[in-house]
Amino acid sequence: MTETPNAVEMQNVTKRFPGVLANDQVNFDLRAGEVHALLGENGAGKSTLMSMLAGLYKPDAGTIRVNGQAVSFNSPRDAIARGIGMIHQHFTLIPSQTVTENILLGLNEPRFFLRLSDYDKRMSELGERFGLGITPQAKVWQLSVGEQQRVEILKMLYRGVQVLIMDEPTAVLAPQEIEGLIKTLRAMVAEGKSIVFISHKLNEIMNVADRVTVLRQGKITAPPLRTADTSIPELARLMVGRSVIFDLHKKDQMPGETVLTINKVCANNDKGLPALKNLSLTVRAGEIVGVAGVAGNGQRELAEVITGLRSCTSGQILVNNEEVTNQSALAAIRKGVSHVPEDRNQTGSAPNLSITDNVIMKSYRQTPLANGWSLNYGMARKTAQVLKEEYSILAPTVETQARLLSGGNLQRTILARELSAKPKLLIAMQPTRGLDVGAIEGVQRLLLAQREAGAAILLTSEELEELFALSDRIVVMYEGEIVGEVTDHDTEKIGLMMTGGKQEQKAIMNS
Amino acid sequence: MDPIIILQAGVASGTVLLLATLGAIFSERAGILNLGVEGMMLMGAMSAFSVTIATGNGWLGLLVAMLLAGLLALLHGVVTIHFQADQVVSGLALTFLGTGLSLVFGEGLSKAGAITLLPKFTVPLLSAIPVLGPILFTNQSVMVYVGYLLVPLTWFYINRTRPGLHLRAVGENPTAADAMGINVYQLRYAYVVLGGMLCGLAGGTISLAISPGWFSEATTSGQGWIAVGLVIFAQWNPWRAAFGSYAFGALRRVILDIQGPKVLLGLPNPFFYNPYLGFFMQMLPYAFTIIVLVLGSRASLRQRLGAPAALGLPYVRGERGH
Repeated sequence: MTETPNAVEMQNVTKRFPGVLANDQVNFDLRAGEVHALLGENGAGKSTLMSMLAGLYKPDAGTIRVNGQAVSFNSPRDAIARGIGMIHQHFTLIPSQTVTENILLGLNEPRFFLRLSDYDKRMSELGERFGLGITPQAKVWQLSVGEQQRVEILKMLYRGVQVLIMDEPTAVLAPQEIEGLIKTLRAMVAEGKSIVFISHKLNEIMNVADRVTVLRQGKITAPPLRTADTSIPELARLMVGRSVIFDLHKKDQMPGETVLTINKVCANNDKGLPALKNLSLTVRAGEIVGVAGVAGNGQRELAEVITGLRSCTSGQILVNNEEVTNQSALAAIRKGVSHVPEDRNQTGSAPNLSITDNVIMKSYRQTPLANGWSLNYGMARKTAQVLKEEYSILAPTVETQARLLSGGNLQRTILARELSAKPKLLIAMQPTRGLDVGAIEGVQRLLLAQREAGAAILLTSEELEELFALSDRIVVMYEGEIVGEVTDHDTEKIGLMMTGGKQEQKAIMNS
Repeated sequence: MDPIIILQAGVASGTVLLLATLGAIFSERAGILNLGVEGMMLMGAMSAFSVTIATGNGWLGLLVAMLLAGLLALLHGVVTIHFQADQVVSGLALTFLGTGLSLVFGEGLSKAGAITLLPKFTVPLLSAIPVLGPILFTNQSVMVYVGYLLVPLTWFYINRTRPGLHLRAVGENPTAADAMGINVYQLRYAYVVLGGMLCGLAGGTISLAISPGWFSEATTSGQGWIAVGLVIFAQWNPWRAAFGSYAFGALRRVILDIQGPKVLLGLPNPFFYNPYLGFFMQMLPYAFTIIVLVLGSRASLRQRLGAPAALGLPYVRGERGH
């Protein structure tokens, strides 16, 4: 028995979903006043385990104790009543309402009249206590993703939670915002609250957590470890089940001719607001240019204007010195542009079509797949078979529908289509997002192989580590502009640029 | 052609539009588009008139009008909330149903004799205000005053009370509202029915107060559709709804009255000599409605106008887990 009583104790908790054993006899304990990390790959069962603690699901077997008392929650409300709250990756906020209104949503107080100014004051005070700089009167749509996360934290604090579960909280944050979050978590811990921090990022866990529990395929792989007594390689081994090589072999090579030239391009987003502002960029053959930036700063629009999916309002885009500005996606494909889009399920693949149909979707116009106006289906199937082997797509047959594939296999299917076209220019948007460590490594190797084959590659990623590992140069996007370029691996500098910190400096440089 | 009298009648006529528009605002703020306003109004007009003839009690007539229109709205709720059907299709069907039912049950009602109308009165003190007093507070139907009260009350309810906060949440982001422990389905049903009842009240106001009688479809003559357009024009705000309703009400009266005199502003009145000009003017509110509805169907514009983000989308509770 430890000296401090455990805030939460989960014993032999098992949860089954149709076809999946999500949690198998898991034990988990949380002490009062600690940050406890829950580490594991995607699909390891971290979120499921915590969703049971937060009242979203009921365990099939096992017991949950809160402060020593056995509990059984029917809803998140029950859990919050016992002081346990969870912040999910997708926020549950109403964009058109103010911060205070969002926090008051669903509570029994105020009874009828809102008296917002009274509550605004309370929210300010509470926010200040935990270092959350938040304007209670602001509408949520005006806030950045990091600020919205702080609203979610404030919502939980206002409900008086003692245990806060955060599901991958740093995925949406810039480095400086992560520091702010950690400060807030520390302030909460100092008041005796406990935090469960779900993550698959090892550095972060070593930095934030007091203890860490590792899950793999629904099982605990080791009793809780003190972060002080463990190391990143050990955690990686526990998480993946084998040693992971963190160094990718990137050949030194001189970039060749300029393949992509973007000249002062402006474009609007779906809402008709400017998304790209006079953006200029070049990518040369055999070079990977990484684009760093907080999601939603124009990366998607940039990829779309290059691949012919979005029109520019001004400016010029050249591929191998040929104009592709405001032409079609087909024109881009004919000029050797390949696109691995951010959204695998909607843009990247046709979910109800087979693997065969999905991999020939680009090359079907040419022989040998095309036979006049008809398709040579035998040839298509053969091509798909070859690609399935080559890209290790795990599926029963090539006739399997794309929607039945796991994230990693779907991404390999898309890569098979895009890379087999032998692209001169590859636009890879978040190619490893949501994949597990093994799959990430495979995708990264494929990208490096394309680089060696002489393709020009524009890569976006939310993982700075990945950009550092793969890119020859890194440019930083902020509010539709390239605000800087780095060749060294200076996280702090990039972080500042990602949050607009370098704006003033750039203005001086330009003048 | 006394402008005061025209405006006075315009406010009365606008009250019908106002009640229906407020009803539609409640429904749409909860995320349910109900294009059945015209059908519910006709149902209200017919049943209010019918009950009042039978019982001699106009209040009872209004009550029945609200109940029956509320029942029609409940049907729309079951189809769109429970069965998650397309709200546009269901709403159009509701207009057909409401119109059909009221024509069948209203058969012969137009020959019915005189009825006791809802009372009219003049508000002391307020009616003494120059210009506004005679227009707004002199010899108006009780329903007109009800309209005056409903506008600020509706605004306050939606924006300054806890149930109003929940109403907005359900129409903006039902998933988030559900996660915060708000019963999305229950609230949506409640506000669809409330919206329907207000549309029924609007119908009853026509047949018992503003232009008494039962004239089949001509009783509402498409005012339900104008109300649907006004909701978009009003940007889902009760104050703007009041402005739009009274403006259109006044326009209706002006178009009627302007065709009377032979001389207008010292010149021969073109509306008197050329009836087509009058027909053209009468068409304008409907043309406006069509334009607003077409523009309002564009998602981007609707977003800019501040439409409830989940308007028209059925809420399906997400399957938890993966």
